[in-house]
Amino acid sequence: MESLQPISGIWAIVAGAVKVTGIFTVLMLTIAYTTLAERKISAWIQDRHGPNRAGPLGLLQPIADGIKNFLKEETLPATAARFFFVLAPMMVLFPSLVTFAVIPIAAPLPTPVGVVDMIIADVPIGILYVMAFSSLAVYGVVLGGWASNNKYAFLGGLRASAQMVSYEVALGLSLITVLMLAGNVTLPEIIWQQQQLGMWFAFPLSLGFLLFVISAFAETNRLPFDMPEAESELVTGYHTEYSAMKFSAYMIGEFGHMVTASALMATLFLGGWDLPGTWDNAFWYQGQLISGFAADGSVIMANPAVWKTLATLAGFVAKTSFFLVLYIWIRWTLPRFRYDQVMALGWKVMLPTSLAYLMLIALTILVLDEVGVAWGFGYGLALTAVSTVCTIAFVFFVDRGRTITGAAAQRAQRVEIKTIPQPAPAGD
Amino acid sequence: MSGAYLPLLLLFGVSILNAIGMVAASHLFSPRRDTPQKLMPYESGMIPLGSTRARFSVKFYMVAISFIVFDLETIFLIPWAVQMRELGWGPFLAMCMFVVVLAVGLLYEWKKGGLEWD
Repeated sequence: MESLQPISGIWAIVAGAVKVTGIFTVLMLTIAYTTLAERKISAWIQDRHGPNRAGPLGLLQPIADGIKNFLKEETLPATAARFFFVLAPMMVLFPSLVTFAVIPIAAPLPTPVGVVDMIIADVPIGILYVMAFSSLAVYGVVLGGWASNNKYAFLGGLRASAQMVSYEVALGLSLITVLMLAGNVTLPEIIWQQQQLGMWFAFPLSLGFLLFVISAFAETNRLPFDMPEAESELVTGYHTEYSAMKFSAYMIGEFGHMVTASALMATLFLGGWDLPGTWDNAFWYQGQLISGFAADGSVIMANPAVWKTLATLAGFVAKTSFFLVLYIWIRWTLPRFRYDQVMALGWKVMLPTSLAYLMLIALTILVLDEVGVAWGFGYGLALTAVSTVCTIAFVFFVDRGRTITGAAAQRAQRVEIKTIPQPAPAGD
Repeated sequence: MSGAYLPLLLLFGVSILNAIGMVAASHLFSPRRDTPQKLMPYESGMIPLGSTRARFSVKFYMVAISFIVFDLETIFLIPWAVQMRELGWGPFLAMCMFVVVLAVGLLYEWKKGGLEWD
């Protein structure tokens, strides 16, 4: 069998251009239809119809919204800092559109001129690129809030900056557990290690998964963490003064972050495009596309096919959609936090927990290596046991309402006030 | 490996053009009928009182400083994390000390009330 070669030369540039165009278009469409999905699912949860006038079942609603936003009157407040006011929405939009570039979307596609990786750019910095660009969005938010010269917008921008930086710490620390298991920062290798381990990282790193999901919700400013735009407190927060397409740019930015965060969670913890089973494994190992190692250490060559690429693409879309629906579902399930609760959760719970969990997982991995457990399903099961105990302890601890003052503590205070002994009526 | 960055540059170009194009197109197509009232900052229909550039809580500043400390910690942990299984016990103990020092710092800030928002 001839060995499979990665695509090279002029065809690599053509493939790159096609991938950029294709994935960019699909990403924009996904963002547009996530807004429709959000409205439809919200309607379904609240037992009403939702948008159903534009096109069959309201399917053309995002297009109508887009046209409307282009044609609406835009305002530029007289007191706003003009340059930064216009610049800020673009600064939110740009990072949310480029972060998707390092996420692999399907198994490599064989073509007559070579094998094409289904990823825009397989850069060696991988996940660090995502971390770097996704955190840039905070500049657009805080700059927009400041440049509006509006008190609501300013407070929204401030809240957003403090909240996003707080949860970025927990996000980064919970991510490190994945890097320890995968031993690399590129996303194709993270997927490959999950295939080799025989289980998705969501199980051996269940607490890391939970912390990552919570942080991702806070990073994207979604309920229950939508403090920056809490409409009952701040009108709509940092984009109060924005209208027409500049407002839309903020919305696209927010939904773009949701889509990227969903794809990232699917890749890091649910095996990315991997479908349970081994037939779709494919990874570039020393210039060869392999599907695994035989018992004697020799490589087993991968056998990529078009149908495998399509099947894994469907799997990836399904996993990403799961997280997108989870975002919307949680929006209508949990009430909004108070701001002090958000910050307390970030600094007093998430940060110490992720630090302790990180060191515990490191210790477990080193002990397993010391004992000589082979990298595989048994290794994963041992880690799963440790993580499950941690997760149960964490959920139990957080549920007590000691570190974060919750509604339960307030009820207790009210009872105290009620039971203050009343002076006995004076006798006659 | 440097070839991997070319599509990235292309994507950057497309994204920047898209971001500028959307805002510019909306500016071209949209009508402008400004009135002094419309151009006022929106404060629920009231005429704005005082300056927006007022002082704000020092807490936000505290959070920013704490963030720098712990985000740098994350950055220091990443190179160790990807090599952890090859490096073994020695670097693990070193990292334990590093994490304990930072944890003590967090505890100090916590007890000093640097994390309170009430």
